[in-house]
Amino acid sequence: MSVRQSLLAILNQGPCYGYQLRAEFDRRTGSTWPLNVGQIYNTLDRLERDGLVRKADIDADGQNYVEITDAGSAEVADWLGSPVVRTMATRDELAIKLAIAVTLPGVDIAQVIQVQRTATMRTLQELTRTKNATADPESSEQLAWLLVIDSLIFAAEAEARWLDHSEHRLARARAAGLAEPLPLNTEVPKRGRPAKTAAAARA
Amino acid sequence: MTDSDILLQLDGVSMQYGRGETAITALAGVDLSVSRGELVAVMGASGSGKSTLLTVAGGLTPPTAGEVIVEGHWLSQLPARQLATLRRRSLGFVFQDFNLIPSLTALENVSLPLELDGWTSKRAHRPALDALNIVELGDRAQHFPSDLSGGQQQRVAIARAVVGGRSLILADEPTGALDSTTGELVLRMLRSRVDAGAGGILVTHDARHAAWADRIVFLRDGRIVDESRASAVTSLLSGLPA
Ligand SMILES: Nc1ncnc2c1ncn2[C@@H]1O[C@H](COP(=O)(O)OP(=O)(O)OP(=O)(O)O)[C@@H](O)[C@H]1O
Ligand SMILES: [Mg+2]
Repeated sequence: MSVRQSLLAILNQGPCYGYQLRAEFDRRTGSTWPLNVGQIYNTLDRLERDGLVRKADIDADGQNYVEITDAGSAEVADWLGSPVVRTMATRDELAIKLAIAVTLPGVDIAQVIQVQRTATMRTLQELTRTKNATADPESSEQLAWLLVIDSLIFAAEAEARWLDHSEHRLARARAAGLAEPLPLNTEVPKRGRPAKTAAAARA
Repeated sequence: MTDSDILLQLDGVSMQYGRGETAITALAGVDLSVSRGELVAVMGASGSGKSTLLTVAGGLTPPTAGEVIVEGHWLSQLPARQLATLRRRSLGFVFQDFNLIPSLTALENVSLPLELDGWTSKRAHRPALDALNIVELGDRAQHFPSDLSGGQQQRVAIARAVVGGRSLILADEPTGALDSTTGELVLRMLRSRVDAGAGGILVTHDARHAAWADRIVFLRDGRIVDESRASAVTSLLSGLPA
């Protein structure tokens, strides 16, 4: 999650202190991914180390304000101007679960898919209900919140469609005699060096 | 919930097409009930029995086993005349293929169920036009189905299903031919009818549309294999900024 860039972008509007940053982040994202204060301070430490923010004045109430540097402002512009690249690095738990499940003997994949589908649809129902209970946005905070809800709705919909698709794919694979479980590979890879080199070393 | 809140009940309903070797079991022991104020979505792969479920629930075909009870009436016990009356007064159908009558205008198509029920056409046109207006087709009232696009015909079919405030709406892929904005319009209408005390069954492949329902049942090979019920209180609403 781009907490770092988000906080930086908020600081680009003016100096803030830790708790204030947390509140600003939450109200701009519908409190969907609440941050704890520890995360805020850790992030601010790293931003300061990288020269993107610096400590500002301490006000009468003793609040430690942080302000953005020119390098920080440049990074915000960069962030807003470039796409978010979804990397393969974030593991998709569900894709992994299904991929493993099809290779195992004695697993009813159709049931695994159905259990997931029911859960996904329930989420989608709740999101839809939440969205339908809201009229047109009346503030920019509500607008931001609706954008987040919409995004969650589309993600849940995509998941439901992927499950349907997987079910079809599985049925076709079954009909073609594929989709057999994978037995454990008896050629167990050796620890450390690749097997070939190990054999060569012994000789 | 009292019994009178239950608009439709399917009890162990099975449906077989044909007999012997080539018989196809389209429904196998389905139990399902729909109450006032409840919208139930039915999802399932093609051929899983969704349309069959609707035609049986609406008394268009008798099931080969089990009982269908609409507003307390056991359909198997009703004489044909009374069954026809019950269907006309209480049930609104949206068929997968619209089923509009080509020689009638949009307005006449929508008025038809009321006229069949003894309303004069003059009296029937008022609510029929209201229903057309809701689906934003008031200005096409005098057009024939052949002059309307697929999505517009679908909206006429939907207006026809809800005209006159029928208590149970059975809709087979009512958003199939619609773009997403018009699809949402139709769902909003269906939802508001149901919230006003009707009951509905919505067959759809579209997850986003099914999510408008209070309950989603999943059909596989003619059986209900699972169900998703939206909880009464959603935790997400707490996030709504003032
Ligand atoms: N009149 C009929 N005669 C014989 N078989 C039929 C008849 N109507 C439907 N069937 C069969 O019954 C099964 C269920 O059909 P149904 O139309 O209810 O499926 P569905 O879930 O509505 O599919 P789709 O999503 O494609 O509309 C299918 O195998 C179909 O071929
Ligand atoms: Mg069908």
